[in-house]
Amino acid sequence: MYAWMWRQLPGPWPIRLLAALVLFAVVVVVLFVWVFPWLEPRLPFVDVTVDETGSASAPLQW
Amino acid sequence: MSSGHSFRVITRTVGELLVTAGVILLLFVGYQLVWTNVQADRAAAEHTRNLHDQWSATPDGPEFDVPIQNGDAFATMHIPRLGQNFEVPIVQGVSLANLAQGVGHYPETVLPGEIGNFSVAGHRATNGEPFAYLDQLRVGDSVIVETATTWYTYKVYEELIVAPTQVDVVYAVPGDANAQPEEALMTLTTCNPRWDSYERLIFHTRLASEQPKSSGRPPELQGA
Repeated sequence: MYAWMWRQLPGPWPIRLLAALVLFAVVVVVLFVWVFPWLEPRLPFVDVTVDETGSASAPLQW
Repeated sequence: MSSGHSFRVITRTVGELLVTAGVILLLFVGYQLVWTNVQADRAAAEHTRNLHDQWSATPDGPEFDVPIQNGDAFATMHIPRLGQNFEVPIVQGVSLANLAQGVGHYPETVLPGEIGNFSVAGHRATNGEPFAYLDQLRVGDSVIVETATTWYTYKVYEELIVAPTQVDVVYAVPGDANAQPEEALMTLTTCNPRWDSYERLIFHTRLASEQPKSSGRPPELQGA
């Protein structure tokens, strides 16, 4: 998979390396800005309020 | 194409996917344990700085900019047991966005110093985790709320561990929906155990004293 992706990148190896690093950085940004914040309320670390549903992702009663 | 070749392609791809999953999980750990704290600490520090700037500009009040909008920081909380320099802003509302900027005030509850039960929630782990070590509080400890004009010193009188649905801890009279409040209380809620949330750690406190800002810091904070 990664060998195949490497072959799809254009140019000599330094250019390919740069392109690969940029692609990796884009993936990290997408994860940190959209994916992880979406995932966070579905995990149990951030439930700190008392409310009638017992869940932080549900509308808070209190 | 031999079957040995396609077997190698499949195992290699599965292996690469597993390594990728491992890297994503590590990134998530970094996000949750480091990045949410970096962002939340930055937001909280900015709220605290803005509040103190505003308070020193208008020392005679008003105590609060009413109406307090969702997301507004309107006071700060000092907990000497957690350090002489422990200060965290109190933000209106208890959504995750609010709690990522300080501790959150349950908007249905009264304001600091008022008769009733001023109630706040804070993270025990991640997102700034202001209440990470709240379990170190003991009965008799001071929890001090600072507003534009006033220091309110509350003293812990009860520690509880309750179910997440037990909303009566933030009632004006805790545990009694119909009672008429006669005391100024403050309740702190956070998750329990730390790193999980199948219970809530609750501290009930009672207003012990209040003093205007002009008469200096309360004795519990003299060292700061």
